[in-house]
Amino acid sequence: MMDIGTLGIISTLLVTIAFFGVCFWAFSPALKKRFEEDAKLPFADELNVSEKLDESKKIISLDDKKVK
Amino acid sequence: MASHVTVAGDLPVYDFDVVRKFTIMAVVWGIVGMAVGVLIASQLVWPEMNDLFQPYSHFGRLRPLHTNAVIFAFGGCALFASSYYVVQRTCQAALFGGWLIPFTFWGWQLVIVLAAITLPLGYTSAKEYAELEWPIDILITFVWVSYAIVFFGTIVKRRTAHIYVANWFYGAFIITVAVLHVVNSAAVPVTFWKSYSAYAGAADAMVQWWYGHNAVGFFLTAGFLGMMYYFVPKQAGRPVYSYQLSIVHFWALISMYIWAGSHHLLYSALPDWTQSLGMVMSLILLAPSWGGMINGIMTLSGAWHKLRTDPTLRFLVVSLSFYGMSTFEGPMMAIKTVNAMSHDTDWTIGHVHSGALGWVAMISIGAIYHMLPLLYGRQSMFSVKFINIHFWLASIGTVLYVCAMWVNGIMQGLMWRAFNQDGTLTYSFIESVQASHAGYLVRLIGGIFFLSGMLLMAYNMYRTINQPANQAAVEASDQDRLHASAVGSQNVLGGLS
Repeated sequence: MMDIGTLGIISTLLVTIAFFGVCFWAFSPALKKRFEEDAKLPFADELNVSEKLDESKKIISLDDKKVK
Repeated sequence: MASHVTVAGDLPVYDFDVVRKFTIMAVVWGIVGMAVGVLIASQLVWPEMNDLFQPYSHFGRLRPLHTNAVIFAFGGCALFASSYYVVQRTCQAALFGGWLIPFTFWGWQLVIVLAAITLPLGYTSAKEYAELEWPIDILITFVWVSYAIVFFGTIVKRRTAHIYVANWFYGAFIITVAVLHVVNSAAVPVTFWKSYSAYAGAADAMVQWWYGHNAVGFFLTAGFLGMMYYFVPKQAGRPVYSYQLSIVHFWALISMYIWAGSHHLLYSALPDWTQSLGMVMSLILLAPSWGGMINGIMTLSGAWHKLRTDPTLRFLVVSLSFYGMSTFEGPMMAIKTVNAMSHDTDWTIGHVHSGALGWVAMISIGAIYHMLPLLYGRQSMFSVKFINIHFWLASIGTVLYVCAMWVNGIMQGLMWRAFNQDGTLTYSFIESVQASHAGYLVRLIGGIFFLSGMLLMAYNMYRTINQPANQAAVEASDQDRLHASAVGSQNVLGGLS
Protein backbone atom coordinates (compact mmCIF):
# COMPACT_ATOMS: atom_id res chain seq x y z
CA MET A 1 0.00 0.00 0.00
CA MET A 2 1.04 3.57 -0.58
CA ASP A 3 2.07 5.58 2.43
CA ILE A 4 1.47 9.32 2.81
CA GLY A 5 4.97 10.15 1.58
CA THR A 6 4.45 8.39 -1.75
CA LEU A 7 1.09 10.06 -2.18
CA GLY A 8 2.76 13.40 -1.50
CA ILE A 9 5.37 12.74 -4.18
CA ILE A 10 2.78 11.68 -6.74
CA SER A 11 0.52 14.66 -6.10
CA THR A 12 3.47 17.08 -6.24
CA LEU A 13 4.49 15.62 -9.61
CA LEU A 14 0.93 15.77 -10.95
CA VAL A 15 0.47 19.39 -9.87
CA THR A 16 3.83 20.32 -11.42
CA ILE A 17 2.86 18.68 -14.70
CA ALA A 18 -0.53 20.40 -14.63
CA PHE A 19 1.07 23.79 -13.96
CA PHE A 20 3.56 23.50 -16.82
CA GLY A 21 0.76 22.14 -19.01
CA VAL A 22 -1.30 25.27 -18.39
CA CYS A 23 1.75 27.48 -19.03
CA PHE A 24 2.62 25.77 -22.33
CA TRP A 25 -1.00 25.83 -23.44
CA ALA A 26 -1.49 29.49 -22.56
CA PHE A 27 1.75 30.64 -24.17
CA SER A 28 1.70 28.36 -27.21
CA PRO A 29 2.39 30.45 -30.34
CA ALA A 30 -0.51 28.81 -32.16
CA LEU A 31 -2.99 30.34 -29.72
CA LYS A 32 -1.40 33.78 -29.43
CA LYS A 33 -3.68 35.37 -32.01
CA ARG A 34 -6.76 33.79 -30.46
CA PHE A 35 -5.99 35.11 -26.98
CA GLU A 36 -5.30 38.57 -28.34
CA GLU A 37 -8.79 38.53 -29.80
CA ASP A 38 -10.26 37.22 -26.55
CA ALA A 39 -8.62 40.05 -24.63
CA LYS A 40 -10.77 42.51 -26.63
CA LEU A 41 -14.05 41.00 -25.41
CA PRO A 42 -14.78 43.80 -22.92
CA PHE A 43 -14.80 46.28 -25.82
CA ALA A 44 -16.87 44.16 -28.21
CA ASP A 45 -20.30 45.42 -27.11
CA GLU A 46 -19.69 49.11 -26.64
CA LEU A 47 -21.46 51.39 -29.05
CA ASN A 48 -22.42 54.48 -27.21
CA VAL A 49 -20.86 57.86 -27.00
CA SER A 50 -20.35 57.84 -23.30
CA GLU A 51 -17.83 55.03 -23.52
CA LYS A 52 -15.41 57.04 -25.65
CA LEU A 53 -15.30 54.41 -28.31
CA ASP A 54 -13.15 56.35 -30.74
CA GLU A 55 -10.44 56.82 -28.22
CA SER A 56 -10.26 53.18 -27.21
CA LYS A 57 -10.35 52.06 -30.85
CA LYS A 58 -7.37 54.23 -31.61
CA ILE A 59 -5.37 52.92 -28.72
CA ILE A 60 -6.18 49.32 -29.46
CA SER A 61 -5.10 49.57 -33.07
CA LEU A 62 -1.87 51.24 -31.99
CA ASP A 63 -1.38 48.50 -29.49
CA ASP A 64 -1.83 45.83 -32.14
CA LYS A 65 1.02 47.29 -34.15
CA LYS A 66 3.20 47.37 -31.11
CA VAL A 67 2.48 43.77 -30.16
CA LYS A 68 3.32 42.30 -33.57
CA MET B 1 -8.89 35.07 -39.35
CA ALA B 2 -12.40 35.65 -38.18
CA SER B 3 -12.63 37.55 -34.97
CA HIS B 4 -13.11 35.27 -32.03
CA VAL B 5 -15.51 37.70 -30.45
CA THR B 6 -17.74 38.28 -33.44
CA VAL B 7 -21.44 37.91 -32.90
CA ALA B 8 -24.23 38.26 -35.36
CA GLY B 9 -27.49 40.08 -34.79
CA ASP B 10 -28.69 42.53 -32.19
CA LEU B 11 -27.14 42.80 -28.81
CA PRO B 12 -29.68 41.94 -26.11
CA VAL B 13 -31.24 44.41 -23.71
CA TYR B 14 -29.21 43.97 -20.56
CA ASP B 15 -30.83 43.63 -17.16
CA PHE B 16 -29.30 46.56 -15.31
CA ASP B 17 -32.06 47.03 -12.74
CA VAL B 18 -30.50 44.56 -10.30
CA VAL B 19 -27.03 45.99 -11.00
CA ARG B 20 -28.25 49.49 -10.07
CA LYS B 21 -29.79 48.23 -6.84
CA PHE B 22 -26.66 46.35 -5.77
CA THR B 23 -24.44 49.30 -6.71
CA ILE B 24 -26.40 51.76 -4.57
CA MET B 25 -26.52 49.33 -1.65
CA ALA B 26 -22.78 48.74 -1.90
CA VAL B 27 -22.24 52.43 -1.17
CA VAL B 28 -24.88 52.47 1.57
CA TRP B 29 -23.52 49.38 3.36
CA GLY B 30 -19.98 50.63 2.85
CA ILE B 31 -20.86 53.73 4.86
CA VAL B 32 -22.67 51.72 7.55
CA GLY B 33 -19.88 49.14 7.90
CA MET B 34 -17.10 51.71 7.93
CA ALA B 35 -19.01 53.91 10.41
CA VAL B 36 -19.19 50.93 12.78
CA GLY B 37 -15.47 50.50 12.14
CA VAL B 38 -14.82 54.10 13.16
CA LEU B 39 -16.95 53.58 16.28
CA ILE B 40 -15.06 50.48 17.43
CA ALA B 41 -11.74 52.17 16.60
CA SER B 42 -12.77 54.99 18.94
CA GLN B 43 -13.65 52.41 21.61
CA LEU B 44 -10.03 51.29 21.55
CA VAL B 45 -8.91 54.88 22.06
CA TRP B 46 -11.58 55.79 24.63
CA PRO B 47 -12.92 52.66 26.36
CA GLU B 48 -15.89 54.67 27.70
CA MET B 49 -17.32 54.50 24.17
CA ASN B 50 -18.21 50.88 24.93
CA ASP B 51 -20.86 52.13 27.34
CA LEU B 52 -22.98 54.01 24.82
CA PHE B 53 -25.74 51.40 24.96
CA GLN B 54 -24.56 48.35 26.86
CA PRO B 55 -24.44 45.47 26.22
CA TYR B 56 -25.30 46.02 22.53
CA SER B 57 -22.60 48.61 21.93
CA HIS B 58 -19.82 46.52 23.40
CA PHE B 59 -16.71 46.09 21.22
CA GLY B 60 -17.07 42.32 21.29
CA ARG B 61 -20.53 42.55 19.70
CA LEU B 62 -19.84 45.39 17.28
CA ARG B 63 -16.57 44.05 15.92
CA PRO B 64 -18.20 41.09 14.07
CA LEU B 65 -20.90 43.50 12.89
CA HIS B 66 -18.16 45.68 11.37
CA THR B 67 -16.38 42.76 9.65
CA ASN B 68 -19.61 41.26 8.33
CA ALA B 69 -20.89 44.61 7.10
CA VAL B 70 -17.76 45.62 5.21
CA ILE B 71 -16.94 42.17 3.81
CA PHE B 72 -20.33 40.70 3.01
CA ALA B 73 -22.58 43.76 2.79
CA PHE B 74 -20.26 46.30 1.11
CA GLY B 75 -17.92 43.86 -0.64
CA GLY B 76 -20.74 41.40 -1.36
CA CYS B 77 -23.01 44.02 -2.98
CA ALA B 78 -20.07 45.34 -5.02
CA LEU B 79 -19.33 41.79 -6.21
CA PHE B 80 -22.97 41.06 -7.05
CA ALA B 81 -23.30 44.35 -8.94
CA SER B 82 -20.05 44.08 -10.88
CA SER B 83 -20.40 40.35 -11.66
CA TYR B 84 -23.94 40.84 -13.01
CA TYR B 85 -22.70 43.79 -15.06
CA VAL B 86 -19.57 42.10 -16.39
CA VAL B 87 -21.11 38.71 -17.16
CA GLN B 88 -23.85 40.33 -19.24
CA ARG B 89 -21.57 42.60 -21.18
CA THR B 90 -18.80 40.10 -21.88
CA CYS B 91 -21.25 37.27 -22.71
CA GLN B 92 -23.51 39.67 -24.62
CA ALA B 93 -26.50 38.08 -22.97
CA ALA B 94 -29.14 39.29 -20.54
CA LEU B 95 -29.18 37.71 -17.08
CA PHE B 96 -30.65 34.23 -16.81
CA GLY B 97 -32.92 33.18 -13.98
CA GLY B 98 -36.18 35.18 -13.94
CA TRP B 99 -37.39 35.68 -10.36
CA LEU B 100 -34.13 34.33 -8.98
CA ILE B 101 -32.45 37.60 -10.02
CA PRO B 102 -34.46 39.89 -7.67
CA PHE B 103 -34.36 37.11 -5.07
CA THR B 104 -30.56 37.33 -4.91
CA PHE B 105 -30.90 41.05 -4.21
CA TRP B 106 -33.67 40.98 -1.61
CA GLY B 107 -32.37 37.76 -0.06
CA TRP B 108 -28.90 39.21 0.37
CA GLN B 109 -30.30 42.44 1.88
CA LEU B 110 -32.34 40.34 4.32
CA VAL B 111 -29.19 38.45 5.35
CA ILE B 112 -27.45 41.76 6.02
CA VAL B 113 -30.33 43.17 8.05
CA LEU B 114 -30.58 39.96 10.08
CA ALA B 115 -26.84 40.13 10.74
CA ALA B 116 -27.16 43.73 11.88
CA ILE B 117 -29.88 42.70 14.35
CA THR B 118 -28.54 39.38 15.68
CA LEU B 119 -24.87 40.27 16.15
CA PRO B 120 -25.42 43.20 18.57
CA LEU B 121 -27.95 41.00 20.40
CA GLY B 122 -25.12 38.56 21.00
CA TYR B 123 -26.23 35.69 18.77
CA THR B 124 -23.05 34.27 17.29
CA SER B 125 -21.54 30.92 16.36
CA ALA B 126 -18.17 32.45 17.31
CA LYS B 127 -16.50 31.49 14.02
CA GLU B 128 -14.63 34.41 12.52
CA TYR B 129 -16.29 35.83 9.36
CA ALA B 130 -18.94 33.11 9.82
CA GLU B 131 -20.56 34.35 13.04
CA LEU B 132 -24.14 34.23 11.81
CA GLU B 133 -26.35 31.57 13.37
CA TRP B 134 -27.74 28.59 11.47
CA PRO B 135 -31.12 29.97 10.25
CA ILE B 136 -29.27 32.86 8.55
CA ASP B 137 -26.67 30.41 7.20
CA ILE B 138 -29.46 28.46 5.48
CA LEU B 139 -30.83 31.67 3.94
CA ILE B 140 -27.30 32.52 2.70
CA THR B 141 -27.09 29.09 1.07
CA PHE B 142 -30.37 29.66 -0.84
CA VAL B 143 -29.25 33.09 -2.00
CA TRP B 144 -25.85 31.80 -3.03
CA VAL B 145 -27.22 28.86 -5.02
CA SER B 146 -29.57 31.30 -6.80
CA TYR B 147 -26.60 33.54 -7.51
CA ALA B 148 -24.74 30.59 -9.04
CA ILE B 149 -27.75 29.69 -11.21
CA VAL B 150 -28.11 33.28 -12.45
CA PHE B 151 -24.40 33.71 -13.13
CA PHE B 152 -23.66 30.38 -14.78
CA GLY B 153 -27.02 30.38 -16.58
CA THR B 154 -25.99 33.67 -18.16
CA ILE B 155 -22.67 32.17 -19.21
CA VAL B 156 -24.44 29.17 -20.74
CA LYS B 157 -26.65 31.42 -22.91
CA ARG B 158 -23.74 33.66 -23.98
CA ARG B 159 -23.42 34.73 -27.62
CA THR B 160 -19.64 34.90 -27.58
CA ALA B 161 -17.50 31.84 -28.26
CA HIS B 162 -15.07 32.58 -25.46
CA ILE B 163 -15.72 33.08 -21.73
CA TYR B 164 -13.79 36.21 -20.78
CA VAL B 165 -11.25 35.76 -17.96
CA ALA B 166 -13.12 38.06 -15.54
CA ASN B 167 -15.98 35.54 -15.55
CA TRP B 168 -13.58 32.73 -14.69
CA PHE B 169 -12.56 34.58 -11.56
CA TYR B 170 -16.15 35.46 -10.64
CA GLY B 171 -17.16 31.84 -11.28
CA ALA B 172 -14.38 30.44 -9.07
CA PHE B 173 -15.41 32.90 -6.34
CA ILE B 174 -19.07 31.83 -6.48
CA ILE B 175 -18.37 28.07 -6.49
CA THR B 176 -15.69 28.13 -3.82
CA VAL B 177 -17.61 30.40 -1.45
CA ALA B 178 -20.58 28.01 -1.72
CA VAL B 179 -18.39 25.04 -0.74
CA LEU B 180 -16.63 26.97 2.06
CA HIS B 181 -19.86 28.27 3.53
CA VAL B 182 -21.67 24.92 3.56
CA VAL B 183 -18.73 22.98 5.03
CA ASN B 184 -17.71 25.49 7.68
CA SER B 185 -21.25 26.39 8.77
CA ALA B 186 -22.23 22.75 9.34
CA ALA B 187 -23.59 22.77 12.88
CA VAL B 188 -25.91 21.03 15.31
CA PRO B 189 -28.78 23.39 16.21
CA VAL B 190 -29.79 23.47 19.86
CA THR B 191 -32.38 26.23 19.74
CA PHE B 192 -33.45 28.60 16.97
CA TRP B 193 -30.58 30.99 17.74
CA LYS B 194 -27.97 28.62 19.13
CA SER B 195 -25.91 25.88 17.49
CA TYR B 196 -22.66 24.03 17.97
CA SER B 197 -20.09 23.37 15.26
CA ALA B 198 -20.17 19.94 13.64
CA TYR B 199 -16.41 19.68 14.20
CA ALA B 200 -14.37 19.52 17.39
CA GLY B 201 -10.99 20.64 18.68
CA ALA B 202 -8.09 21.15 16.29
CA ALA B 203 -10.19 19.86 13.37
CA ASP B 204 -12.74 22.59 14.04
CA ALA B 205 -9.97 25.19 14.07
CA MET B 206 -8.58 23.85 10.81
CA VAL B 207 -11.98 23.85 9.07
CA GLN B 208 -12.60 27.38 10.37
CA TRP B 209 -9.32 28.73 8.98
CA TRP B 210 -9.57 26.75 5.79
CA TYR B 211 -12.81 28.70 5.45
CA GLY B 212 -11.40 31.94 6.85
CA HIS B 213 -8.39 32.14 4.61
CA ASN B 214 -10.35 31.15 1.52
CA ALA B 215 -12.91 33.80 2.36
CA VAL B 216 -9.91 36.09 1.85
CA GLY B 217 -8.66 34.14 -1.16
CA PHE B 218 -11.90 33.72 -3.03
CA PHE B 219 -14.37 36.27 -1.68
CA LEU B 220 -11.91 39.13 -1.21
CA THR B 221 -9.41 38.19 -3.93
CA ALA B 222 -10.76 36.07 -6.79
CA GLY B 223 -14.01 38.02 -6.99
CA PHE B 224 -12.24 41.36 -7.01
CA LEU B 225 -9.70 40.09 -9.54
CA GLY B 226 -12.70 39.47 -11.79
CA MET B 227 -13.48 43.14 -11.27
CA MET B 228 -9.87 44.05 -12.06
CA TYR B 229 -9.82 42.12 -15.36
CA TYR B 230 -12.84 43.98 -16.64
CA PHE B 231 -12.72 47.49 -15.19
CA VAL B 232 -9.00 48.20 -15.47
CA PRO B 233 -8.93 47.49 -19.23
CA LYS B 234 -12.22 49.37 -19.72
CA GLN B 235 -11.18 52.45 -17.80
CA ALA B 236 -7.72 52.47 -19.39
CA GLY B 237 -9.30 51.96 -22.83
CA ARG B 238 -7.01 49.10 -23.78
CA PRO B 239 -7.06 45.32 -23.45
CA VAL B 240 -5.34 43.59 -20.54
CA TYR B 241 -1.52 43.50 -20.78
CA SER B 242 -1.25 39.74 -21.32
CA TYR B 243 -4.26 37.50 -21.73
CA GLN B 244 -1.98 34.46 -21.62
CA LEU B 245 -0.65 35.55 -18.23
CA SER B 246 -4.23 35.95 -17.00
CA ILE B 247 -4.88 32.26 -17.76
CA VAL B 248 -1.80 31.11 -15.84
CA HIS B 249 -2.73 33.61 -13.09
CA PHE B 250 -6.19 32.10 -12.75
CA TRP B 251 -5.18 28.44 -12.52
CA ALA B 252 -2.18 29.09 -10.28
CA LEU B 253 -4.12 31.33 -7.89
CA ILE B 254 -7.13 29.07 -7.39
CA SER B 255 -5.03 25.93 -6.97
CA MET B 256 -2.73 27.56 -4.38
CA TYR B 257 -5.04 29.56 -2.13
CA ILE B 258 -7.01 26.57 -0.92
CA TRP B 259 -3.94 25.17 0.96
CA ALA B 260 -2.83 28.25 2.85
CA GLY B 261 -5.39 28.41 5.68
CA SER B 262 -3.28 26.65 8.31
CA HIS B 263 -0.92 29.64 8.47
CA HIS B 264 -3.54 31.14 10.82
CA LEU B 265 -2.79 28.32 13.29
CA LEU B 266 1.02 28.31 13.50
CA TYR B 267 2.37 27.05 16.84
CA SER B 268 -1.07 25.66 17.72
CA ALA B 269 -2.27 22.11 18.42
CA LEU B 270 -2.51 21.54 14.66
CA PRO B 271 -0.15 18.78 13.35
CA ASP B 272 3.22 20.32 12.59
CA TRP B 273 3.31 19.17 8.94
CA THR B 274 -0.02 20.95 8.35
CA GLN B 275 1.46 24.17 9.71
CA SER B 276 4.53 23.84 7.49
CA LEU B 277 2.35 23.09 4.47
CA GLY B 278 0.33 26.25 5.11
CA MET B 279 3.51 28.29 5.41
CA VAL B 280 5.07 26.91 2.20
CA MET B 281 1.87 27.26 0.18
CA SER B 282 1.48 30.84 1.43
CA LEU B 283 5.01 31.65 0.25
CA ILE B 284 4.34 30.15 -3.19
CA LEU B 285 1.16 32.25 -3.41
CA LEU B 286 3.31 35.32 -3.86
CA ALA B 287 3.99 34.28 -7.46
CA PRO B 288 0.44 34.13 -8.85
CA SER B 289 -0.58 37.16 -6.78
CA TRP B 290 2.16 39.30 -8.20
CA GLY B 291 1.63 37.87 -11.69
CA GLY B 292 -1.92 39.18 -11.54
CA MET B 293 -0.94 42.51 -10.08
CA ILE B 294 1.71 43.07 -12.75
CA ASN B 295 -0.80 42.08 -15.43
CA GLY B 296 -3.23 44.69 -14.14
CA ILE B 297 -0.74 47.50 -13.72
CA MET B 298 1.03 46.86 -17.04
CA THR B 299 -2.33 47.22 -18.79
CA LEU B 300 -1.64 50.92 -18.38
CA SER B 301 1.67 50.83 -20.24
CA GLY B 302 1.48 53.57 -22.82
CA ALA B 303 -1.52 55.12 -21.09
CA TRP B 304 0.07 56.28 -17.86
CA HIS B 305 -0.80 59.89 -18.68
CA LYS B 306 -4.46 59.03 -18.08
CA LEU B 307 -3.71 58.77 -14.36
CA ARG B 308 -3.20 62.53 -14.28
CA THR B 309 -6.72 63.33 -15.35
CA ASP B 310 -8.76 60.27 -14.42
CA PRO B 311 -9.20 59.71 -10.66
CA THR B 312 -11.33 56.61 -11.31
CA LEU B 313 -8.40 54.96 -13.05
CA ARG B 314 -6.20 56.10 -10.17
CA PHE B 315 -8.46 54.24 -7.72
CA LEU B 316 -8.11 51.09 -9.81
CA VAL B 317 -4.33 51.31 -10.17
CA VAL B 318 -3.62 52.25 -6.57
CA SER B 319 -5.80 49.34 -5.48
CA LEU B 320 -3.46 47.07 -7.43
CA SER B 321 -0.45 48.60 -5.67
CA PHE B 322 -2.04 47.83 -2.32
CA TYR B 323 -2.88 44.34 -3.58
CA GLY B 324 0.80 43.86 -4.41
CA MET B 325 1.88 45.16 -1.01
CA SER B 326 -0.52 43.04 1.02
CA THR B 327 0.17 39.88 -1.01
CA PHE B 328 3.86 40.38 -0.27
CA GLU B 329 3.21 41.06 3.39
CA GLY B 330 0.88 38.06 3.77
CA PRO B 331 3.38 35.36 2.72
CA MET B 332 6.01 37.06 4.86
CA MET B 333 3.74 36.96 7.92
CA ALA B 334 3.02 33.28 7.18
CA ILE B 335 6.68 32.41 7.81
CA LYS B 336 6.72 30.71 11.19
CA THR B 337 9.46 32.84 12.74
CA VAL B 338 7.85 36.09 11.58
CA ASN B 339 4.46 34.88 12.75
CA ALA B 340 5.94 34.15 16.18
CA MET B 341 6.21 37.90 16.55
CA SER B 342 3.26 39.16 14.50
CA HIS B 343 0.59 36.76 15.76
CA ASP B 344 -2.20 38.39 17.82
CA THR B 345 -0.65 41.84 17.36
CA ASP B 346 -2.04 44.85 15.51
CA TRP B 347 0.26 44.01 12.60
CA THR B 348 -2.36 41.46 11.52
CA ILE B 349 -5.07 44.12 11.67
CA GLY B 350 -2.86 46.42 9.60
CA HIS B 351 -2.25 43.69 7.03
CA VAL B 352 -5.96 42.94 6.71
CA HIS B 353 -6.81 46.62 6.23
CA SER B 354 -4.03 47.14 3.71
CA GLY B 355 -5.92 44.53 1.71
CA ALA B 356 -9.44 45.54 2.71
CA LEU B 357 -9.18 49.33 2.38
CA GLY B 358 -6.37 49.54 -0.15
CA TRP B 359 -7.30 46.67 -2.45
CA VAL B 360 -10.91 45.55 -1.97
CA ALA B 361 -12.53 48.90 -1.21
CA MET B 362 -10.52 50.95 -3.69
CA ILE B 363 -11.08 48.62 -6.64
CA SER B 364 -14.79 48.47 -5.77
CA ILE B 365 -14.98 52.26 -5.55
CA GLY B 366 -13.21 52.54 -8.93
CA ALA B 367 -15.57 50.01 -10.48
CA ILE B 368 -18.63 51.80 -9.07
CA TYR B 369 -17.44 55.18 -10.39
CA HIS B 370 -17.00 53.50 -13.78
CA MET B 371 -20.41 51.81 -13.77
CA LEU B 372 -22.69 54.46 -12.24
CA PRO B 373 -22.82 56.91 -15.17
CA LEU B 374 -23.31 54.04 -17.60
CA LEU B 375 -26.06 52.48 -15.53
CA TYR B 376 -27.98 55.75 -15.40
CA GLY B 377 -27.24 57.02 -18.89
CA ARG B 378 -25.11 59.93 -17.74
CA GLN B 379 -22.04 61.22 -19.49
CA SER B 380 -19.95 61.12 -16.34
CA MET B 381 -20.23 61.33 -12.59
CA PHE B 382 -21.77 64.54 -11.24
CA SER B 383 -18.34 65.74 -10.09
CA VAL B 384 -15.00 64.32 -11.19
CA LYS B 385 -13.39 66.72 -8.72
CA PHE B 386 -15.20 64.93 -5.89
CA ILE B 387 -13.83 61.60 -7.16
CA ASN B 388 -10.37 63.10 -6.94
CA ILE B 389 -10.96 64.35 -3.38
CA HIS B 390 -12.35 60.92 -2.49
CA PHE B 391 -9.23 59.32 -3.92
CA TRP B 392 -6.97 61.36 -1.67
CA LEU B 393 -9.15 60.89 1.40
CA ALA B 394 -9.12 57.12 0.82
CA SER B 395 -5.38 56.96 0.14
CA ILE B 396 -4.37 59.09 3.11
CA GLY B 397 -6.82 57.22 5.35
CA THR B 398 -5.43 53.84 4.32
CA VAL B 399 -1.81 54.88 4.76
CA LEU B 400 -2.50 56.36 8.22
CA TYR B 401 -4.37 53.23 9.24
CA VAL B 402 -1.78 50.76 7.96
CA CYS B 403 1.28 52.62 9.28
CA ALA B 404 -0.27 53.02 12.73
CA MET B 405 -0.97 49.30 12.91
CA TRP B 406 2.51 48.37 11.70
CA VAL B 407 4.11 50.46 14.41
CA ASN B 408 1.71 49.15 17.05
CA GLY B 409 2.05 45.55 15.92
CA ILE B 410 5.82 45.40 15.85
CA MET B 411 5.99 47.25 19.16
CA GLN B 412 3.53 44.82 20.79
CA GLY B 413 5.35 41.81 19.37
CA LEU B 414 8.68 43.04 20.70
CA MET B 415 7.25 43.98 24.12
CA TRP B 416 5.53 40.61 24.58
CA ARG B 417 8.68 38.64 23.83
CA ALA B 418 11.05 40.77 25.94
CA PHE B 419 12.50 38.84 28.88
CA ASN B 420 14.54 39.92 31.88
CA GLN B 421 17.72 38.06 32.73
CA ASP B 422 15.94 36.03 35.40
CA GLY B 423 13.38 34.80 32.85
CA THR B 424 10.47 37.02 33.89
CA LEU B 425 8.60 39.15 31.34
CA THR B 426 9.92 42.69 30.96
CA TYR B 427 6.48 44.18 30.30
CA SER B 428 3.04 43.36 31.58
CA PHE B 429 0.28 43.08 28.97
CA ILE B 430 -1.35 46.32 30.08
CA GLU B 431 1.90 48.19 29.43
CA SER B 432 1.75 47.14 25.79
CA VAL B 433 -1.88 48.32 25.63
CA GLN B 434 -0.93 51.70 27.06
CA ALA B 435 1.94 52.00 24.61
CA SER B 436 -0.52 51.34 21.75
CA HIS B 437 -2.69 54.36 22.56
CA ALA B 438 -1.10 56.76 20.08
CA GLY B 439 -1.33 54.20 17.28
CA TYR B 440 -5.01 53.63 18.02
CA LEU B 441 -5.65 57.36 17.77
CA VAL B 442 -3.87 57.57 14.39
CA ARG B 443 -5.86 54.54 13.20
CA LEU B 444 -9.09 56.25 14.20
CA ILE B 445 -8.11 59.36 12.23
CA GLY B 446 -7.28 57.19 9.21
CA GLY B 447 -10.66 55.53 9.48
CA ILE B 448 -12.43 58.89 9.64
CA PHE B 449 -10.60 59.96 6.46
CA PHE B 450 -11.73 56.82 4.67
CA LEU B 451 -15.33 57.12 5.88
CA SER B 452 -15.60 60.78 4.88
CA GLY B 453 -14.49 59.79 1.38
CA MET B 454 -17.36 57.32 1.25
CA LEU B 455 -19.82 60.01 2.36
CA LEU B 456 -18.60 62.23 -0.46
CA MET B 457 -19.07 59.30 -2.83
CA ALA B 458 -22.66 58.84 -1.67
CA TYR B 459 -23.39 62.54 -2.34
CA ASN B 460 -21.72 62.30 -5.76
CA MET B 461 -23.76 59.20 -6.53
CA TYR B 462 -26.99 60.86 -5.43
CA ARG B 463 -26.34 63.90 -7.62
CA THR B 464 -25.33 61.73 -10.59
CA ILE B 465 -28.52 59.69 -10.41
CA ASN B 466 -30.68 62.79 -9.96
CA GLN B 467 -29.07 64.93 -12.62
CA PRO B 468 -31.71 66.81 -14.65
CA ALA B 469 -32.53 65.07 -17.89
CA ASN B 470 -30.97 67.78 -20.06
CA GLN B 471 -27.59 67.06 -18.53
CA ALA B 472 -27.81 63.42 -19.44
CA ALA B 473 -25.55 62.48 -22.28
CA VAL B 474 -27.92 60.22 -24.08
CA GLU B 475 -31.57 60.91 -24.60
CA ALA B 476 -32.59 57.34 -25.16
CA SER B 477 -33.42 55.28 -22.13
CA ASP B 478 -30.39 53.71 -20.52
CA GLN B 479 -31.37 50.25 -21.65
CA ASP B 480 -31.59 51.37 -25.25
CA ARG B 481 -28.16 52.87 -25.02
CA LEU B 482 -26.54 49.49 -24.76
CA HIS B 483 -28.96 47.90 -27.17
CA ALA B 484 -26.76 47.95 -30.20
CA SER B 485 -27.69 47.43 -33.79
CA ALA B 486 -26.18 44.72 -35.89
CA VAL B 487 -24.59 47.23 -38.23
CA GLY B 488 -23.05 49.07 -35.36
CA SER B 489 -21.56 46.03 -33.74
CA GLN B 490 -19.93 44.97 -36.98
CA ASN B 491 -18.38 48.40 -37.29
CA VAL B 492 -16.96 48.19 -33.84
CA LEU B 493 -15.54 44.76 -34.35
CA GLY B 494 -14.08 45.88 -37.64
CA GLY B 495 -12.31 48.63 -35.80
CA LEU B 496 -11.07 46.25 -33.17
CA SER B 497 -9.72 43.41 -35.25
